[in-house]
Amino acid sequence: METTVDVEWLPVCKTTDIPADGGACALVEGEQVAIFNFARRGEWYATQNLCPHKQQMALARGMIGSTGEACEPKVACPFHKRTFSLLTGECLNGDECSIQTYPIKVEDGVVYIGWA
Amino acid sequence: MVMQHLPTVVVIGNGMVGYKFCEKLLAKTSAFNLVVFGEEPRVAYDRVHLSEYFGGKTADDLLMAPLQWYHEHGITLHLGDAVQEIDRAHQTVHSRSGLVQPYDYLVLATGSSAFVPDIPGVEKEGVMVYRTIEDLEEIKACAATARSGAVLGGGLLGLEAAKALLDLGVPQTHVVEFAPRLMPRQIDAAGSQMLQTKLEALGLQIHLSKATSSIAGEGKIEALHFGDGSILEVDMLVISAGIRPRDELAKLAGLEVGMRGGIVVNDEMQTTDPRIFAIGECALHSGMIYGLVAPGYDMAEVVASQLTQGARAFTGYDMSSKLKLIGVDVASFGDPFIAEPHSRAIVFEDTHNGVYKRINISPDGKYLLGGVLIGDAEAYNMLLQTVNNKIVLPPHPEDLILGARGGEANEGAGVMSLPEEALVCSCEAVTKGAICAAVTELNVTSVDGMKKCNKAGTGCGGCVPMIKDLINGTLTAQGAYIKNVLCEHFDYSRQELFDLLKINDIRTYDAALDHFGKGDGCETCKPAIGSILSGLWNDLIVKQNTIQDTNDRYLANIQKGGSYSVVPRIAGGEVTPEQLMVIGRVAHKYGLYTKITGGQRIDMFGAHVSDLPDIWEELINAGFESGHAYGKSLRTVKSCVGSTWCRFGLHDSVSLAIEIENRYKGIRSPHKLKSGVSGCVRECAEAQAKDFGIIATEKGWNLYVCGNGGSKPQHAQLLATDVDKETLIKYLDRFLMFYIKTADPLMRTATWLNKMDGGLAYLKNVVLNDSLGICADLEAEMALLIQNYHCEWKEVVENPELRKQFTHFVNAPKVKDPTIEFEPVRGQKVVKAW
Repeated sequence: METTVDVEWLPVCKTTDIPADGGACALVEGEQVAIFNFARRGEWYATQNLCPHKQQMALARGMIGSTGEACEPKVACPFHKRTFSLLTGECLNGDECSIQTYPIKVEDGVVYIGWA
Repeated sequence: MVMQHLPTVVVIGNGMVGYKFCEKLLAKTSAFNLVVFGEEPRVAYDRVHLSEYFGGKTADDLLMAPLQWYHEHGITLHLGDAVQEIDRAHQTVHSRSGLVQPYDYLVLATGSSAFVPDIPGVEKEGVMVYRTIEDLEEIKACAATARSGAVLGGGLLGLEAAKALLDLGVPQTHVVEFAPRLMPRQIDAAGSQMLQTKLEALGLQIHLSKATSSIAGEGKIEALHFGDGSILEVDMLVISAGIRPRDELAKLAGLEVGMRGGIVVNDEMQTTDPRIFAIGECALHSGMIYGLVAPGYDMAEVVASQLTQGARAFTGYDMSSKLKLIGVDVASFGDPFIAEPHSRAIVFEDTHNGVYKRINISPDGKYLLGGVLIGDAEAYNMLLQTVNNKIVLPPHPEDLILGARGGEANEGAGVMSLPEEALVCSCEAVTKGAICAAVTELNVTSVDGMKKCNKAGTGCGGCVPMIKDLINGTLTAQGAYIKNVLCEHFDYSRQELFDLLKINDIRTYDAALDHFGKGDGCETCKPAIGSILSGLWNDLIVKQNTIQDTNDRYLANIQKGGSYSVVPRIAGGEVTPEQLMVIGRVAHKYGLYTKITGGQRIDMFGAHVSDLPDIWEELINAGFESGHAYGKSLRTVKSCVGSTWCRFGLHDSVSLAIEIENRYKGIRSPHKLKSGVSGCVRECAEAQAKDFGIIATEKGWNLYVCGNGGSKPQHAQLLATDVDKETLIKYLDRFLMFYIKTADPLMRTATWLNKMDGGLAYLKNVVLNDSLGICADLEAEMALLIQNYHCEWKEVVENPELRKQFTHFVNAPKVKDPTIEFEPVRGQKVVKAW
């Protein structure tokens, strides 16, 4: 079941600002948000930039990829390679807490983050 | 939603064992209404790893499960509310806050408290115990100003506490033990002696045979007075003199308790009231209190089984253990103390490296009975299994602790010879049979998969190497061909992919994934393929920077906090005064911490990602190039000063080092490469500790290969003798290219050679005698890589599109990451600790 939450769509950057199959960090309302351009799948994701493992602002610099039969999209923190689901934010290879994910959409070459 | 008609199980105590009981019961049934009382304000946390609280873990990191877990599983949890009375007649418990909770079954998991001996003065300020997170916070606060601290008790916990004091930076840390040696309950006298020597070398001051008679001080502790009249001045004291079972509630309720504490239980963990169970450190089973977590978990399993009509019983527990105490391996297993005439001991003692090993074997030499390992406990798992499964010993049992000397070592085969019922993971009670069955029946082929499947390896983690061996052994036995495939996305080894990408002229990661892989890739295969593509074509890596690890993506080394460090190339360690001034100026301008590296270069730390292009622009304008300190590539060719200045030098080692460094700079390899050139046998460049090292001889140069410093030092081996420079470089081209093409990802040359069938003799044949007929190819491939060299930083500095990627905030390029914080040290800055 989907729940609809009212979000405000904030324009953040151009699609060309985010490297294909990679990420970059954006400053949104004072928060650090990691934005991922999963070009290989034509998908976009946004999560918190902070890796909960050692409290480092680094996830946007991590490599993205997928895991398992269902090809769950994930990002690996560049510091110690903790990986997190880009769909749910869940830590996939350790006991770290989940990371926050944000709604994201792309219109006319602009990336928007859904801010609750 | 709680179903009222379900029978109610009340658990008193929310520690590790109490939590584990809930988890185990819920795994079997949901036919109970579970109510938990905890005295501490926190939910159950991992006390075994408590000392990691000082190492940066937070209280949340240590939780067994978050609060939410209890809600999700319908458990009613009362925290900070101790049970004060058990009314057995009415089957109710009464809590401090006034709750009256009926029960059908009651589980006492009240644990233990620290035993505080009755020494005059224990009530003084600065005297603490080591038990809960609150205790740790108190210790931390006290340690901040203490000049000298002592731990009372030289047992396992006492030494843990001493480590905590060392870690907290207490300048003088003492351990005071009543017995004449450390850890008297676990290890023998010779083992204690070795442990003591090692710990003293680490800065601990150890006082044995000391009976503390009083604690002196005006309100606050100032000194310890001992029975022999001696005095030790300290500002703080942590008491770790053993545990005392928390049995007061049981005693009050009229349940039988032991003379020296502990709630008496039978094999079903029932107390003298059959509706009341006791588990963990508060339970007294056959006269034993078990102060380890694994038997506590086993007791939890027994009660969960009893409540669900199971028949598990507790029949005692093996107290074998292995741990790292302040960095020193300590293990004891089976019966560590058994002596003549019931056993014979084989002892190995190496005072040079601080290793002590003792095994006790049966008088007929057939069985292993127990033993002690200090300093090196690698053999622990296998030895423990040999004891527990009564495996008949080989003709030379000394091999068990010394390793096979001469002949082929056959690692891993030992694990497969264990009986099916051998307990491999004692924390989660998983047998060898269960692990092998998971491989054959459920197609589990990785340790991670095994953890998910049956929890094996999720406790202390000590059995993980055995699980790995069992998985591989079972797969081999099934006839499966085990090769080191890259990851779940590529079913090929690195060497296979190297050939495939070459033959098919593949030049991008995406094309490689489309042709030979599946899924979307991951952090393992992306940089591995990146390394292969570089090894084939040596294209500019910044063209495909999102497949690179962060260091290669930002062409700098990421450091704690997220800043980067910058290393310009200083070939052979030769640098002009003008270049030094440039480095000094740049470091000063951008506020960088500078340090000489181990490889004769200068590293500048603390650069913001957005400053990197500007920093490099200045360095490049002054004639510097990238030092590739961030890459899996040639780092540095260290040199001694050689015949130009040195009165012993035979040849010009500096010129050769510079020539070689410039020849191979920037070339990507499976792992980093280090080199050295020495001008004579005095070997000042330490060339024999490098991936390839060159030493001048009267007649030319000797070439050594596959050495390593680092965590597993290994001397390089002599590949060629007395060769001239041209031959030397030809051999180096072949050797390096052969390594680049055939090694696994992130495999250094030393490991590569160790795993090579035929070893050095084979490598010599390939490189010197061209036994594979590939030397011409190897040389041509290397020539192509050398020809395609670029300074990556020059490309970035000159390309505005590439420069743009060096920002922290894509939508605020001028803003630096505000979370990076520095603090001053010795006139420079360092990053704040994490």
